[in-house]
Amino acid sequence: MTATTSAPPGRKRRNLGDLKVALIFLGPATLGFVVFYIWPTLRGAYLSFTQYSLLSPPEFTGLKNYERMIHDGFFWNALVVTVEYVAINIGLQTVLAVLIAMLMYRLTKSITVRAVILLPYLVANVVVALVWYWMLDFQVGIVNQALTWIGIDPVAFFGDSAWAIPTVAGINIWRHMGYTALLVFAGLQTIPPYVYEAAAVDGSTEMKTFWRITLPLLRPVLVMVTVVTIIGSFQIFDTVAVTTQGGPINATRVIYYYIYERAFTRFDFGYASAMAMVLFAILAIVSLLQLRLLRAKESDLS
Amino acid sequence: MRRTLNPGRTVAWIVLIVLMLLTLFPFYWMLRTAFSDNTQLAGNPNSLLPVESTLGAFKRVLGLATVEEAQAQGGSGASVNFWLYLRNSLVVATVTTVCQVFFSAMAAYAFARLRWPGRDKVFAVFLAALMVPPIFTTLPNFVLIKNLGLLNSFAGIILPGAFMTPFAIFFLRQFFLGISRELEEAAMIDGAGHRKIFFGLILPMSAAPITTLAILTYINSWNDYFWPLLVGQQENVRVLTVALGVFRSQTPQGSPDWAGLMAATLIAALPMIILFLAFAKRITNSIGFSGIK
Repeated sequence: MTATTSAPPGRKRRNLGDLKVALIFLGPATLGFVVFYIWPTLRGAYLSFTQYSLLSPPEFTGLKNYERMIHDGFFWNALVVTVEYVAINIGLQTVLAVLIAMLMYRLTKSITVRAVILLPYLVANVVVALVWYWMLDFQVGIVNQALTWIGIDPVAFFGDSAWAIPTVAGINIWRHMGYTALLVFAGLQTIPPYVYEAAAVDGSTEMKTFWRITLPLLRPVLVMVTVVTIIGSFQIFDTVAVTTQGGPINATRVIYYYIYERAFTRFDFGYASAMAMVLFAILAIVSLLQLRLLRAKESDLS
Repeated sequence: MRRTLNPGRTVAWIVLIVLMLLTLFPFYWMLRTAFSDNTQLAGNPNSLLPVESTLGAFKRVLGLATVEEAQAQGGSGASVNFWLYLRNSLVVATVTTVCQVFFSAMAAYAFARLRWPGRDKVFAVFLAALMVPPIFTTLPNFVLIKNLGLLNSFAGIILPGAFMTPFAIFFLRQFFLGISRELEEAAMIDGAGHRKIFFGLILPMSAAPITTLAILTYINSWNDYFWPLLVGQQENVRVLTVALGVFRSQTPQGSPDWAGLMAATLIAALPMIILFLAFAKRITNSIGFSGIK
């Protein structure tokens, strides 16, 4: 875009001239941005070095919160549980999303099919959690009824510590797989048909085409999807808050929930901020890895 | 691609249909349970149709049943006032959406159509905020809202999201960039100022993306749980999602009021399902965009 001023001498003045209008247009957004994004980010970083219970002003304690974290078994448990949850999510959700996207791509362009697949994503986490809480009830839940019917013993999905995390993960996979599938679907549509035609001419089988062509060409989308899934999964809260509340015996006390408990039931804001800082760092590393993976080779098409 | 039904395609269709049924079944189960009689439910847990079909659960949830009636049906008898929570959700989601989309559109205009020094750098800073996880800003924001004395007020719930989100600005900027310069210049020659161009030209021409963004914002705001849970606990500002959590913890542990719970979830989810059905095409088509950032 070149400057559209009529007189060259006025160029510099005009550049600043728009600034005045821009300031007006940016005013409200900037106010919100500074007050509710920038300032809290800086303040959160500061609070992580303090002891703060909301009642008296924060008291600077240096790295104490971080030292405390190293010796806090609950913190490590929360990290392990969260990573377990994230791992199940990335694995299952990505595979299911690619499967659904492939099926839609090959079978139908129907908006209805896409809408059905997306529907769970548009319902609140809380609603989803409650519906599954009911369906997975130990005694009268339909899932256990069905299991009994085919001769399997009922499972205490939320009450058994071995099952609790996979259950919470399963619920969220159900909610998110359609959304992820649509992202992959959008990616599939960017692959030019001639690539497939060439493969067909070479006599490539369906499976071979998928593994050797489709999947590699989907890499940018898959990297993006994986990162979105990881970042989203690390912040699992609603489902846990509504169903298990961290139990049974810490089995689902994920990092986000532990931070919440520390801050809002024990009013340990400094420590909670320090843990939020660690979560922030983990997510930043994930995002940086994404940039690396994407930049290494923009797309295998070129 | 061949359109005939060979064995491979048949299997593929069956898999897709099974996945779709898996997606829809919980919605049906919510419906079936909500219309069931709660006391009869346990006796017939796997009936595919509502058990002793009744509107009792809805009456209980909407406060139309007496305490005795509610308790007889297995409810807690504690007062639930879903009309109030419905109103609160409407207020929060509507005000948030209108303000957020409008202010974000203004900012997007400044980033897309105006020339000023440092523009791209400032935009990059706005975008960088997408990286900060919500929990990190939530803790200090809670302190701020508390210090401002806005706990348990609509202002407290709405303010943090009312001015912008980095995503909304990014989303609209993309569309504003695509509008041709000539139209804008023609308007300028006619003596239109930036205000007139923004309201009379850019906004009307971007009606479609703005509507899409507004719907997505509305759904997100309606479904939000964490922030309203922290700052809007009191009944007069409690939104539906928070109310559901409270309702769930009120139901006695022995035999929860499942029919009531499902009626409540249905009431909470229904407005969004209707909104989605009305705009399904628009929403599904926007997903690809939001992914390809």
